Amino acid sequence: MDSTIIIEKSVIIVAVFALTMLMAMYSTWAERKVAAWLQDRVGPNRAGPFGLFQPLADGLKLFSKEEFEPNTPNRFLFFVGPAIAMSTALMTSAVIPWGDKLHLFGRDILLQATDLNIGLLYFFGVVSVGVYGIMIGGWASNNKFSLMGAVRAASQMVSYEVAMGLSMIALLMMTGTLSLREISAQQAGMNWNVFYQPLSFVIFLICAFAEANRTPFDLAECESELIGGYHTEYSSMKMGFYLFAEYANMFISSTILAVLFFGGYNYPGMSWAVENWGVNIANVLGFGALFIKLCGFIFFFMWVRWTIPRFRYDQLMHLGWRILIPLSIINIMIVGVVILRAEIFAYLGF
Amino acid sequence: MSIESISLSGRKKLVSNKEMNFWERMYLIAIVKGLIITIQHLFRRKVTIQYPEQVRTMSPVYRGQHQLKRDEQGRENCTACGLCALSCPAEAITMKAAERRADEKHLYREEKYAEIYEINMLRCIFCGLCEEACPKDAIYLTTSKVLVPSSYEREDFIYGKDKLVMPLDIAMKNAQLKNVK
Repeated sequence: MDSTIIIEKSVIIVAVFALTMLMAMYSTWAERKVAAWLQDRVGPNRAGPFGLFQPLADGLKLFSKEEFEPNTPNRFLFFVGPAIAMSTALMTSAVIPWGDKLHLFGRDILLQATDLNIGLLYFFGVVSVGVYGIMIGGWASNNKFSLMGAVRAASQMVSYEVAMGLSMIALLMMTGTLSLREISAQQAGMNWNVFYQPLSFVIFLICAFAEANRTPFDLAECESELIGGYHTEYSSMKMGFYLFAEYANMFISSTILAVLFFGGYNYPGMSWAVENWGVNIANVLGFGALFIKLCGFIFFFMWVRWTIPRFRYDQLMHLGWRILIPLSIINIMIVGVVILRAEIFAYLGF
Repeated sequence: MSIESISLSGRKKLVSNKEMNFWERMYLIAIVKGLIITIQHLFRRKVTIQYPEQVRTMSPVYRGQHQLKRDEQGRENCTACGLCALSCPAEAITMKAAERRADEKHLYREEKYAEIYEINMLRCIFCGLCEEACPKDAIYLTTSKVLVPSSYEREDFIYGKDKLVMPLDIAMKNAQLKNVK
């Protein structure tokens, strides 16, 4: 392996890491702004122009807070919880294709940290490890509210992962690949999967809300019942890590939604742009398109937060097990019939 | 007209407990409706007043900081009759009367004046009854937008004559304006 590929990959990894952190930071700002706008308020506007330095001020505040530790026998786990939450949130961005490729220095550079051929499985695997951060944190806090939040988070994650995976199977039957790069490439033009798989998209969207612990599925940290849920006992930057991980998760979920269903980096007229403007400009525009799509999803996450109230626990379980899972199984069957329609028609003798 | 059909607000709606049909039970339409309502608020005019830079317009009958008036020759009007203290529902006003000496004729309009005149701003409710009670046109609630500043000491909220009496130069300016007319 030559050394240029190491340099190339490390540049991409650092860039993706920086992008994830930056987006998580500015999601907190955007969340407060959107919340304010939807409630006819102005939102943070004192720190810098339009309050753009607000995340820095928040971070500074969290850093300078007292590092409180409850009297817990699981001191190690108490520290590990936020670390797991944060690292899993950052790991998922490795498989996301941010663009097709750039042609620089006489070589093609894929705009992706790694092109795993099981990228989607990797994403699911890492996301489901993310719940351990919450569970361990809630358990090690030695607090019944934290434990309650952790238990809720775990059961919610288990329930919605099933529906999420099943909704993905329908998509995979159509695309025939688990590589996110290939799934993106298949959606060139306006062949976005959302037009072929609307039901999968709706199920995946609902499950993404649950996976990211966002309202209406934020039972794990519902402050009206559980004070703060799993992060009740956390303070200072450990608390900051949990909040940060939540926003990073939201960013990654939005990106995955954009990549799987909304064409990823594709935009109308991309092939024309490649021919006339060159690969580089077309792909920078492609990254811009992906960025706009994922920002749209992030906005949607926040928009829904101020529209739908939190589910009750039994409603959550009812929705997950008795509605979404049967629905996604029906979806799989419909997709199967549509894919094999020629064979079925031939068998029936048409 | 029966009682069921009367609607004073015009927005009366009878609650129906009919069973929801399939689409209503999906809640998707209801969610979309809700999303439309919330997104409309995004484009509404914001109600926030950016306080230090932007101040809410006061009512024309706004009552602010008290002032003890002087007459055209710059003499204090107050004769320490105590009617303001008597009328004060919050019992915020206290005063001590004194007799005017011969060499103080240019300071006080009548033979009796308030040596000490104090209003406890923590008690005052700015009702304006002192102003109504005053027979000598001495105390007025001004439209000053300066509010009582916060402080750590209770003593700081008891305003004496140094803060309440109208400054002499303003009184003279007022008198000049009157003469010009």
